[in-house]
Amino acid sequence: MAELAGTERGARSGTSFINDPKVRSIVLQVVALVLVVVLGWMFIGNARENLAAQKIATGFGFLDNTAGFGISQTLIPYSETSTYGRAFLVGLLNTILVAVVGIIVATIIGFLVGIGRLSKNFVVRLLSTTYVEVLRNLPPLFQILFWYLAVLSALPGPRQSISLFGEVFLSNRGIIIPRPIFGEGSGTVLLAFGAGILLTVLLSSWSNARREETGRGLPMLWIGLGLVIGLPLIVMIAAGFPLTFERPELKGFNFAGGTRVIPEFVALTLALSTYTAAFIAENVRSGIQSVSKGQTEAAYSLGLKPSLTLRLVVIPQALRVIIPPLTNQYLNLTKNSSLAVGIGYPDLVAVFAGTSLNQTGQAIEIIAITMGVYLLLSIITSTIMNAYNRRIALVER
Amino acid sequence: MKRLLSTLALCGAFGLAAAGAQAAKLDQIKSKGFIQCGVSQGLPGFSTPDDKGNWTGIDVDFCRAVASAIFDDPTKVKFTPLSAKDRFTALQSGDIDILSRNTTWTISRDTSLGLNFAGVIYYDGQGFMIRKDKKVNSAMELSGASVCTQTGTTTEQNLADFFRANNMTYEVIAFATNDEVVKAYDAGRCDVLTTDRSGLAGERLKLTNPDDHIVLPEIISKEPLGPAVSHGDDQWFDIVKWVYFAQLNAEELGVNQKNVEEQLKSANPEVKRLLGTEGKFGEGMGLTNDWAYRIVKHVGNYGEMYDRNVGPDTPLKLARGVNALWNKGGLQYGMPIR
Repeated sequence: MAELAGTERGARSGTSFINDPKVRSIVLQVVALVLVVVLGWMFIGNARENLAAQKIATGFGFLDNTAGFGISQTLIPYSETSTYGRAFLVGLLNTILVAVVGIIVATIIGFLVGIGRLSKNFVVRLLSTTYVEVLRNLPPLFQILFWYLAVLSALPGPRQSISLFGEVFLSNRGIIIPRPIFGEGSGTVLLAFGAGILLTVLLSSWSNARREETGRGLPMLWIGLGLVIGLPLIVMIAAGFPLTFERPELKGFNFAGGTRVIPEFVALTLALSTYTAAFIAENVRSGIQSVSKGQTEAAYSLGLKPSLTLRLVVIPQALRVIIPPLTNQYLNLTKNSSLAVGIGYPDLVAVFAGTSLNQTGQAIEIIAITMGVYLLLSIITSTIMNAYNRRIALVER
Repeated sequence: MKRLLSTLALCGAFGLAAAGAQAAKLDQIKSKGFIQCGVSQGLPGFSTPDDKGNWTGIDVDFCRAVASAIFDDPTKVKFTPLSAKDRFTALQSGDIDILSRNTTWTISRDTSLGLNFAGVIYYDGQGFMIRKDKKVNSAMELSGASVCTQTGTTTEQNLADFFRANNMTYEVIAFATNDEVVKAYDAGRCDVLTTDRSGLAGERLKLTNPDDHIVLPEIISKEPLGPAVSHGDDQWFDIVKWVYFAQLNAEELGVNQKNVEEQLKSANPEVKRLLGTEGKFGEGMGLTNDWAYRIVKHVGNYGEMYDRNVGPDTPLKLARGVNALWNKGGLQYGMPIR
C-alpha cells in the first residue's frame, strides 16, 4: 500500500513538473543569472582584449602613482607628490563634506519654509510659497552658477575685503576666519564636552521616564545647555585658556594664516541646500497636512500648548509621511554635488573622474570606481534613513 | 553627462566589438564621406566657431587639409568640440577620427593613453597672464597666488612642478572648460591665469579689458601641440603624418595656394614628387597621387596656415619664432617625399 501510494505521488509530481510554478521560477532565475554572468564575462574579456590591442594601460596599479597636480581644498594632508589614491580620498571627502553640510542646511531651511507655508500669517505664507515656487523651478546648475558668478564673484578682492571685527574677512577668495590652535590641556576640555553630551542624554531619558510616570519633567533645554556649553567652559577657565587663535594676515596676493572657506564650496553648498530645501518644504507641508485636524483638536482639549501640540502630536505623525520622500531629497542632493565641476570645486568627479582620468587615461576603471562610490554613498544614506523610518513608524497598540 | 556618454561608448566599443575585426579607418572614412575631427570648444587662432558656425583656426585648417587629401574637398569635415578632459576618451572610443585640439605630445599620452601623435603643428610653452595693476614682472614673484587653469591638461601638472621646484605656495582652481577659466579670472577669483602662451594670446582677447593684462616672460614648460590619432591603424597614422609633412615641404619649396597651378609644370624634381606629377607616393598611402596638390590648393602650405590663423597680422600677433622652418632658424622640418 505504502509503496503504491509512493509511486502514485511520484507519478503525479512527474506530470506536473513542467507546470510546477516553483520549479519554473527557479529554472527561469537560474537561466537569467547564467545569461547575465556570461554576458558580463564576455564584456570584460572583450574589453581587456581590445584595450590590450590598442596598448592602452589597464588595471588599478595607477592608484599608487604620483598624481602631480594641486587641489584647492583638502581635508586630509595632500600635496603634489601624493598618489592618485590619495587624490581620490581628497575628492571623496570633499563630496561628503558638501553632502553632509548641504543636507543639514537644507533640512533646517526646508522645515522652516514648510511650516511657513501653513502659517496663519499671510506675509510668512506668501514668502514661503514664493521661495518654493522660485527655487524648485530653476535648474540647479543655473543656481550654482548664479551664486558663484553673480553673488560671490561680486565681492571685492582680498586687499579690499570686507572685514568683520578685524577677525573675519570676506572677499572673492572666500571667507577667512581665525584658526583655533589647541594648546596643552585642551584634551581635558574636549573630554568635558563629551561628558556634558553624555550626561545630557542620560538625564533626558531619565526625565522622559519620570514624565511618563508623574507628568512632571525637568527643564531639559536649560540643563542640557548648561552641561554641553557650561561644563567645558568651566574646565577651560580652570585649565587657563589653552585655546589661541591664529589670525589671518594679508600677505602678498592672499591671506596667510587662518582658515579659509573657499567660495566654490560656499556657492555649491548654498545653491544645493536652498534648491533641495524647496522640495523638502513641500514634503514637510504635505506631511503636516496629512495629520487630521482631529488630532490637533484633541491635543488642545487635553490642555496642551500649541507648541507642544506641534512637537508631540503633529510632527511625530507627520514624520511618517515626510521621511521616505526626504530620503529621496538627500540622495538627490548628494548626487547633484557632482555639478561642482562647473565652478571648479574639487569634488570626487572633478578630481578623480576629471583630472585623474585625463592624466591616466584609464576611463573604464575610474568611472567604475566613481559610480561604485556614489552607489555606496546612496545606499548608506538610504540605510540610515530607512532605519530611522522604522523607528518612527506608527506602533499599533 | 557628455563624459559619461563617451565613457559608456568607450566601454561599448571595447566591450562589444570583436577584436581585430574592424575595417581600416581610411575605408570607413571614405564610405561615410567625411572626417570627424575633435577640436577645442573655442580657442581663438586654433579652433573657434564664428558667428555663422564656421570653424576657423590652425587646428581646424589641418583637419581640412586631411579632408582635401582624401576627398579633394576641404568641407568634408565634421567638428566635435571637446573639453580638455573629454578629448582622449572621444578618440579612444572612435567618436572622432582625429584629435586636432592644441594637444601636448607627452610620453604617457603617446603610450599608455593609446594615442599616436602625427606631428607638431605649433611648438609652444606654458606661461602666466596677470593683471598689470598687481605690478608683477616675473613668475618668480607669484608665491601665494591663486591660479586659474583648465582641468585635464599638462598645464595643471607643470604648474604644480614649477611652484614646487621654486619653493613657492599657490592655490589652484581648476575648471572644466576654457570659458569658465577666463570668466573666473576676469571676475578676480584668481590672480593668475595659466595655459600655453599661444592660448594666453587667444584668451586675452576674451577679457573685458585685454590691455589691462600682461603675459609674464617666463616659459615654464615645453608644449609641442599637434594632431593625434588612436593606436592600431598604421595607414591612417601615416596619412595624417604626411599631410603635415607635405604642408611643410610645400612651404620649403615655395609652393603656395596662389602658384600651385603653375608649379604643376615645374621641372624641379622635388616639386614634381610633392605634387604627384612624378612617382606614385599617394597610392602607397591609399590616396590619389595628387594628394599634396589638393592640400595646397584648398588649404595652403604650413606658412600660409600659420599666418592666416595665428601670425603677426592676426589678433593673436604670434611671431613665427621656433615655428619657422628649419632652414630659417626654427624647428619645423618636413621629412623628404621620396
